[in-house]
Amino acid sequence: MADATADGAQQARSSLASMVYDPKARGLFFQIVVFGLLLIGLYLIVNNTIENLELLNKKSGFGFLSQTTGFAIFDSLGTWAVDYTPGESTYWDVFLVGAINTIWVAAFSIVLATVWGFVLGVMRLSKNVILRWFSTVYIEVLRNIPLLLQIFFWIAVLTGIAPGKRDDPMSLFDIFYFDSSGIRGPYPIGESGAGVFYASILIAFVIAWAIGKWAHKRQDATGQQFPSFWVGLGVIILLPAVVFFVMGQPIELEWPDRGRFGFRPGLGSFIEVSFVALWLSLSLYSATFIAEIVRAGILSVSHGQTEGAQALGLSAGVTLNKVIIPQAMRVIIPPLTSQYLNIIKNSSLAAAIGFPDVVATFSGTALNQVGQEIEMIFMMMMVYLFFSITTAIFMNWYNARKRLVER
Amino acid sequence: MKKLAFIGALAGAGLIAGMASAATLDDVKAKGFVQCGVSQGLPGFSNQNDAGEWSGIDVAVCRAVAAAIFGDAQATRFTPLSAKERFTALSSGEIDILSRNTTWTMTRDTQLGLNFAGTNYYDGQGMMVPKALGVTSALELSGAAICTNTGTTTELNITDFFRANNMDFSLIAIENSDEVVRAYDSGRCDVFTTDRSGLAAERLKLTAPDDHMVLPEIISKEPLGPVVRQGDDQWFNIVRWSFFAMINAEELGVSSENVDEMKSSDNPNIQRLVGVDGNFGTEMGLTNDWAYNIIKHVGNYGEVYEATVGPNTPLKLERGVNALWSKGGLQYAPPIR
Ligand SMILES: N[C@@H](CCC(=O)N[C@@H](CS)C(=O)NCC(=O)O)C(=O)O
Repeated sequence: MADATADGAQQARSSLASMVYDPKARGLFFQIVVFGLLLIGLYLIVNNTIENLELLNKKSGFGFLSQTTGFAIFDSLGTWAVDYTPGESTYWDVFLVGAINTIWVAAFSIVLATVWGFVLGVMRLSKNVILRWFSTVYIEVLRNIPLLLQIFFWIAVLTGIAPGKRDDPMSLFDIFYFDSSGIRGPYPIGESGAGVFYASILIAFVIAWAIGKWAHKRQDATGQQFPSFWVGLGVIILLPAVVFFVMGQPIELEWPDRGRFGFRPGLGSFIEVSFVALWLSLSLYSATFIAEIVRAGILSVSHGQTEGAQALGLSAGVTLNKVIIPQAMRVIIPPLTSQYLNIIKNSSLAAAIGFPDVVATFSGTALNQVGQEIEMIFMMMMVYLFFSITTAIFMNWYNARKRLVER
Repeated sequence: MKKLAFIGALAGAGLIAGMASAATLDDVKAKGFVQCGVSQGLPGFSNQNDAGEWSGIDVAVCRAVAAAIFGDAQATRFTPLSAKERFTALSSGEIDILSRNTTWTMTRDTQLGLNFAGTNYYDGQGMMVPKALGVTSALELSGAAICTNTGTTTELNITDFFRANNMDFSLIAIENSDEVVRAYDSGRCDVFTTDRSGLAAERLKLTAPDDHMVLPEIISKEPLGPVVRQGDDQWFNIVRWSFFAMINAEELGVSSENVDEMKSSDNPNIQRLVGVDGNFGTEMGLTNDWAYNIIKHVGNYGEVYEATVGPNTPLKLERGVNALWSKGGLQYAPPIR
């Protein structure tokens, strides 16, 4: 009886001791402690914040989003998309205007930076000394100048070379106009039947894409080539053109009009000069990083691949496009993704030159009128998080697809 | 990772908890200087010279508070802020006073957790255009592009004005003042709008200041003044009365030059101002020579005005509505008694 208790106690002690020495149990214990402290810390932060806000007599919550605003935002994709009108639109609309403008400038920059970055990256490995040097110098210089300075540089150059706002603008075929306030052109106003026309554009793109896919498959199977690019382009131009006339020209063009101060606001299409400056500086700057990624990717493909392609008699261009780049993509895509995320985040410098992105409109103008820093900065963080995660998911999907194609 | 997050959380809690102790005066005394939020460089209001010293009519308010607390007008440090950052800097406790040509409005006073301690410059919003435009009235501006600062009252006023008059316009709001000036100078916009005093100051930064003119319309009331956080009445009183002391001093004819002689004045109002009579200073948590120190080291309101924005400065602003009430203006301070 007594023995049994002693035995039990010993067993208990030894199992306790073994718990202390068991790395798993110890690990679990500390995890729980740390997690508990984390909760306490979080509680303290939230509690203190609420207390402090009360002390300052500040409002909290998201009720402000349905209040109307009293300030104007110049014409941009965002104001057009939500039909922004001061005095009628709400702070939520302002948020949307900013978010749309952010994604607009970021998307444009991602496209140009990618194209230009690939060109620079290939040039950097070119046998042509001039091309190689140009690329090297370009990359080394632009990569090392702070982006904000480049943005200021481009806005100064653009407003400097363009004719003044009230002078005669530069024009391209009398369709597009360029002056120090930005780029203007006609704006399509749809009449009845316009929907069919818009749909035909979409269908044309789908057909072009299908042709490309079919040509690719056939080439893989038979080795026969098909000029899918030119055929696709033909479809994209011809199909909508035919539909346009069949439907009785259902699009009316609204042209920009001039008054005492140059082009009048609200007529025609308009891209403000700050968009162009931001787009150019973001693209030209980010292209330097993409070029280096592309170079590394190409160098990672063994030289034997090039020699093999040459032995088969493929031209240099085909070798690059069909042999080297597809293999290099495996190395290129992951770091390319993080460059895209950088572009999205860097677009927040827009406020410096007055482009109404989400930082300038929502955390700038709106925040100063509402004063709810915590809620509004939180919403802004969510915008960037959302765009970044979406981009990352898309790129991961693309990466996985590319990887499957490879052996 | 978790550990890092935890340390971060604790640090964050510490920061936010720190703010909860509201006795700004104790904090200021402990650190030995007043932290003051100013503009990024607006001549006459808050501007840095080549040696890095700040001066201006807004800077003088901060120096007055420092003089009242420490007897030393130099016991100040300055944080340059854009219009957009200023209120967040104040409510987060980064600065003790915001003295940055900030308009007193009802929203700011009642909804942003702020308190305005007075009006050190009565102003109104105006518009500047190139003379070459040939415009003589703001009502001719339909269709114009207008530049202004992000996060200011001016964005609202200009929108009101154009909407009320049924005119089209394009509003370009830029965060940094110097960039607004550059945008206007480069012709990206036709009009530059802000406080009229701001126009007088920013105009000096244009390549050819004389080629521009300010239109006659004043489209808003812009009472500019120092701001503190809500919830600390003692600090609010100190800032407000430091400013009132400068106005009372001008009214009573006490200046930095004669303040020592004035100590033996028979006028009871002056005796109370310079601390010979009563204990107005100690009741606020200061010493009784608080106002003496302000006048001695910073000067009275009139002196400051003349030295910073008055007709003999580059801004050339007449006293106008900023004259004392006894001279037909709006500047009026409650009595010290
Ligand atoms: N008084 C207005 C406008 C204040 C404002 O920011 N004005 C600009 C233009 S005069 C400015 O102070 N710029 C100087 C700077 O940013 O450093 C307000 O409180 O909202």
